[in-house]
Amino acid sequence: MAILIDQRSKILVQGFTGDKGTFHAKEAIDYGTDIVGGVTPGKGGTKHLGLPVFNTVKEAVAATSADTSITFVAPAFCADAIMEAADAGIRVLVSITDGIPAQDMMRVKRYLRRYPKEKRLLMCGPNCAGVISPGKAMLGIMPAHIYKEGRVGVVSRSGTLGYEAASQMKALGIGISTSVGIGGDPINGSSFLDHLQLFEQDPETDAVLMIGEIGGPQEVEAATWVKENMSKPVVGYIAGMSAPKGRRMGHAGAIISTAGESAPEKTEFLRSCGITIVPAPSEFGRTVAEVLGKSD
Amino acid sequence: MDIHEYQAKELLSGFGVPVPRGMAAYSPDQAVYCATELGGWHWAVKAQIHSGARGKAGGIKLCRTYHDVHEAARSLLGSRLVTNQTGPEGKPVQRVYVEVAEPFERELYFGIVLDRKAERVRIIASAEGGMEIEELARSAPEKILQVVVEPAVGLQAFEARELSFGLGLNLKQVAAAVRLMLGAYRAFRSLDATMLEINPMVITRDERILALDAKMSFDDNALFRQRNVAAMRDPSQEDPREVAASQHDLSYVGLDGDIGCLINGAGLAMATLDMIKFAGGSPANFLDVGGGASPDRVKNAFSVVLGDRNVKAVLVNIFAGINRCDWVAEGVVKAFRELAIKVPVVVRLAGTNVEAGQRIVRESGLPLIIADDLADAAAKAVNAANAA
Repeated sequence: MAILIDQRSKILVQGFTGDKGTFHAKEAIDYGTDIVGGVTPGKGGTKHLGLPVFNTVKEAVAATSADTSITFVAPAFCADAIMEAADAGIRVLVSITDGIPAQDMMRVKRYLRRYPKEKRLLMCGPNCAGVISPGKAMLGIMPAHIYKEGRVGVVSRSGTLGYEAASQMKALGIGISTSVGIGGDPINGSSFLDHLQLFEQDPETDAVLMIGEIGGPQEVEAATWVKENMSKPVVGYIAGMSAPKGRRMGHAGAIISTAGESAPEKTEFLRSCGITIVPAPSEFGRTVAEVLGKSD
Repeated sequence: MDIHEYQAKELLSGFGVPVPRGMAAYSPDQAVYCATELGGWHWAVKAQIHSGARGKAGGIKLCRTYHDVHEAARSLLGSRLVTNQTGPEGKPVQRVYVEVAEPFERELYFGIVLDRKAERVRIIASAEGGMEIEELARSAPEKILQVVVEPAVGLQAFEARELSFGLGLNLKQVAAAVRLMLGAYRAFRSLDATMLEINPMVITRDERILALDAKMSFDDNALFRQRNVAAMRDPSQEDPREVAASQHDLSYVGLDGDIGCLINGAGLAMATLDMIKFAGGSPANFLDVGGGASPDRVKNAFSVVLGDRNVKAVLVNIFAGINRCDWVAEGVVKAFRELAIKVPVVVRLAGTNVEAGQRIVRESGLPLIIADDLADAAAKAVNAANAA
């Protein structure tokens, strides 16, 4: 089953005909993902990569029954594209775009709440590497071959640190049900908590690896929920032990602004909630293996 | 991005926020000229640096004569001001702000932040002006008033009124405070700010409300549509290593260790710094070379990392997704030859085109140290730095 996407997902590419949209759509198709078409305003009615192009998401949904979308839209126009997808009935959206203004994301989040929860779009990103359910579907910019199909869920703010974890796990023969990037921005489409809840309900996921970093309240919120509600084991890591306060570490959201946002503080909080801490970033695979061994 | 007080006041007054009259000056003579132009009997001469707590650090001088203004500007301009927020090296004072000093009765606090937890704009006010808000939040959280703004409609007058009455203002003062708050909120929203602080917001003897100090930060991601704000950037207030990096469009943060780092992806970069610490070393910097790193981009990254004289070894750690290991490897070889690198360089490559990348490194004939994985890379970099 996995979460968010699988072989049954019908996927649109917003910003289909641009260089990045084209390149990554091809990669996704080669992986076996069911890309059903794309949207580029002004190019409706044409074909691209042998697939139909539409002017609007609504037209695309009407013609293809698409339920999922990925955006390769420039930062200035991306919030608009996300809201368009939500209004057209898309249920899962992955946004790779890096550089969306925070206030635009604030408006997007407000806009999404217009729809009742059972019809609401779930957004992953922005500024993320995407989502992959190994062996089923790939929607993002990750190197797909480093992910082995299996039963551990991964959710990460960082793309490349997620790659590191996936390849360590593969080297030890551990596979992944779904790996989700939630992105490095200060306001994310969805949170650690949203995905932990999905993994908890997914019968094909046995344990979850959560890779956080400095800045923001999300890891603490998720850990609090884990303590109260999660039956599956959770393994965690917080990157940024040596990050100075008030400095932005690459990601727009990776900045320690207030108490509780540093790596040692978050790590301690996760531990206190019963999450198994990865002792160093070279130990993702081994720590997950130990936890899986125990839960058998 | 941060701006100076005088720039923030200029922006805010455009949105109807009342500020004391003032002018920026770059020399003592110009400061005196500003004081004569402004008129009045007392002036504050204020060092313009990107930091709060300037008053306690001696960066704000109250002057009664033109001679005082001259002396104040002379002592501040060209100095480095050290506050509890700047670090021990301080920040250079290249301009002062000369402002008409207004006698006031009360000091209040007013701030606006982008609240990541609520994913909305939060307004903060307190009757305890002049204090740092973090300190107040610890010592007397009940004295902080807050409103979380509904993004669809923005800050409403009744919310500003509730805050103002909560601050204990009288009817006349409330009307003025509401105007200030609504103006400040409009500025925050229209200019893509992430933080706005008016501390103190004062009530003058004649019952006007003024923004006596003003601090603003802006969303870097929104600068493409805020050209006006982007033009206010002052590189003299930033770490020169970071200014050099930003010219190459690289994300860099200077640290105080001796292992230079060149990594792709912010998360992997932070984790690699962690790994260096675990291995007993100390990183000299954070550097995310980004996606689509061409050989030239890698070379530029090397020149930025090596611009730090403390660097005794360099660690390159690439997990290529949209990057290509062969391109990165070419960049490393190019940098080694063109920059005449003297320090040991440890290279760890993984992901897209890893075999091609490793072949380029091996066959280059250069003294590059190849690492197999993250732990190996950190250990080799620490050894190399210690041996140097």
